[in-house]
Amino acid sequence: MTPVEALRIALRVIRRHALRSGLTMLGVLIGVAAVIVLVAVGNGARLQVARSIQGLGTNLLIVFPGSASSGGIRLGLGSANTLTVANAQALRPGPLDPDVRAVSPEVSGTVTATAGSRNWTTTLQGGWPPLASMRDYHLAAGRMFTWAEVNGAARVAVLGQTVAQNLFGSVTPVGQPISIDGTPFTVVGVFAPKGAAGRVNEDDLVEVPLTAAQDYVLGHSGHVQNIYVQATSAGSIPYAESEVGAILLDQHHLSSPAQADFQILTQQNVLNAATSVTGTLTLLLGAVAAISLLVGGIGVMNIMLVTVTERTREIGIRRAVGARRSDLLAQFLIEATVLSVLGGAAGILTGYLASMALGRIAGRIAPAVSGGSVLLAAVVSVGVGLVFGFYPAARAARLTPMDALRRE
Amino acid sequence: MAELLRFERVVKTYRIGSVEVEALRGVDLSTDAGEFVAVMGPSGSGKSTLVNIVACLDTPTRGRYLLAGEDVTRLEDDRLAAIRNRRIGLVFQGFNLLSDATALQNVELPLIYAGRRRGRIDRAMDALRAVGVADRATHLPAELSGGQQQRVAIARALVNEPDILLADEPTGNLDSVSSGEVLRLLEGLHGAGKTIVLITHDPDVAGHASRIIRIRDGLVTQAGPSAPREAAGANRAASGAESGIR
Ligand SMILES: Nc1ncnc2c1ncn2[C@@H]1O[C@H](COP(=O)(O)OP(=O)(O)O)[C@@H](O)[C@H]1O
Ligand SMILES: [Mg+2]
Repeated sequence: MTPVEALRIALRVIRRHALRSGLTMLGVLIGVAAVIVLVAVGNGARLQVARSIQGLGTNLLIVFPGSASSGGIRLGLGSANTLTVANAQALRPGPLDPDVRAVSPEVSGTVTATAGSRNWTTTLQGGWPPLASMRDYHLAAGRMFTWAEVNGAARVAVLGQTVAQNLFGSVTPVGQPISIDGTPFTVVGVFAPKGAAGRVNEDDLVEVPLTAAQDYVLGHSGHVQNIYVQATSAGSIPYAESEVGAILLDQHHLSSPAQADFQILTQQNVLNAATSVTGTLTLLLGAVAAISLLVGGIGVMNIMLVTVTERTREIGIRRAVGARRSDLLAQFLIEATVLSVLGGAAGILTGYLASMALGRIAGRIAPAVSGGSVLLAAVVSVGVGLVFGFYPAARAARLTPMDALRRE
Repeated sequence: MAELLRFERVVKTYRIGSVEVEALRGVDLSTDAGEFVAVMGPSGSGKSTLVNIVACLDTPTRGRYLLAGEDVTRLEDDRLAAIRNRRIGLVFQGFNLLSDATALQNVELPLIYAGRRRGRIDRAMDALRAVGVADRATHLPAELSGGQQQRVAIARALVNEPDILLADEPTGNLDSVSSGEVLRLLEGLHGAGKTIVLITHDPDVAGHASRIIRIRDGLVTQAGPSAPREAAGANRAASGAESGIR
């Protein structure tokens, strides 16, 4: 018997037993689709977190007040008041920190901005001119405030896209007066939209000179919340980190890093912490997916076992008219392959479409279908279909023709 | 006449758990080409066991079975499949048609396993025509009467032009009209020179044969004479009388 002949027989059997074939394919389909969707969700969450951390800026280090020993990242961040404008000044690029490109302190608070009759509650961020570009904001209109305006505590503001929309609508904001918590400012620029990163809308902010924020709106606490430091390149981040550490220890008159009353976080630190969380999530979803794959496989096996009596008679008849064992094995192998490949392909399609649909509905977390999961699901499900579909029939083919015929 | 089948002290035991059933207890047999042999015996006497061994569906526990002089008891599985495919046509009491295949597809099966590609459908159609069910070629077995199904089965058994046609109670599931048609068909085939081994426990059915072998409790009790071919099936009265011999 030629392979073409075996294929024809297998296809006829598949067509004639539409229900059995359909259920087998369904089992494979569900398994594959589940793996793809669940891994896509986990993956989507991971990418989302990574994007929002990346969205902080490029090659950034963020200095937080507070010591690692008194609670570290989780508790102490930002709770102590150990960073000053003078510290930030000391960190500005110089011979002691050749791997630093730019520095800006940050103060921030929630304010109400008003333009004409419209008002909008937003975040006020006070900093130095490099802050915007360090954090990957680009200007859509107007300009950033200048060092002179920082030195003069000029009341000028650059609006995030969300704020511009809500206060001005279609009117061009540049040159317009606004008031921030009652203090008049002039809009000098508008940022281009940066998009949502995670749960934070990064376009919902007003950026003003550090001095103006402190003098007119947020008040002088004598401290800044953070200091942003940008390294000259991705490769120089570790050097920048140790340079910044050394300068700040000196500034705070501390002799050893163990005494540090500040912490330096790189994007990589944050990313690593977040990745371990989302990795656990992905693992969990993957486990659920693996279970559905198994359940699908058991479904396939059930169908095969139920039909094995019927198959045994078929085997007996075929053997009686001259089929060799290898002819039957070829037929069953092709049958199982066709069913699992079709089921697997339908599962990939279903999983892909379901992931897309979920992305539409869920909004923030866009499931990201990963090639690896598709491959894994396809391999496992086709394997499951082959093993469970082929094995019972192959066993039946080992019977003597007479035993196969006698089975009722 | 050339000897076609030969059994030498054939024993067949079945095991069911620890119990051994001796279905055949040392059978000697010889059948020439062109004979129409009826195997008779009560239910459970070993008739089907005998025919299954002749058909190479099963192998003897002891003893030798020679088909056209060749000892087939020790052949490997693929060789036995080839023998079943080309040299033996099998007809069962329960038809044993593939329920998911049409009459034509059922008849095509032996041709497929014979590796024939050219003219396959024509040959299968010819076989259906020869047994008078060509007009049912595209029907599934469930859409055919018992007599029609058995004729499809006979067409399938004949399509590869085997040396020998084995029929295990072929009329057992049929009404008398269909039985008569099937028996006439077998007689016609015998008349055309085919060797036929027919199993039955119905004396009327056995009356169509040229020789009767009686079997009881796994032993041949009467092998009958090897009748001359001219007499075979020609004269019913004669064959009826023959069944009484010895
Ligand atoms: N596969 C089998 N397993 C166990 N016993 C069997 C098997 N086939 C037949 N037998 C037994 O062998 C004996 C002969 O059976 P069989 O050849 O079918 O008789 P017949 O066809 O003459 O009615 C019976 O006792 C039957 O129960
Ligand atoms: Mg029987």
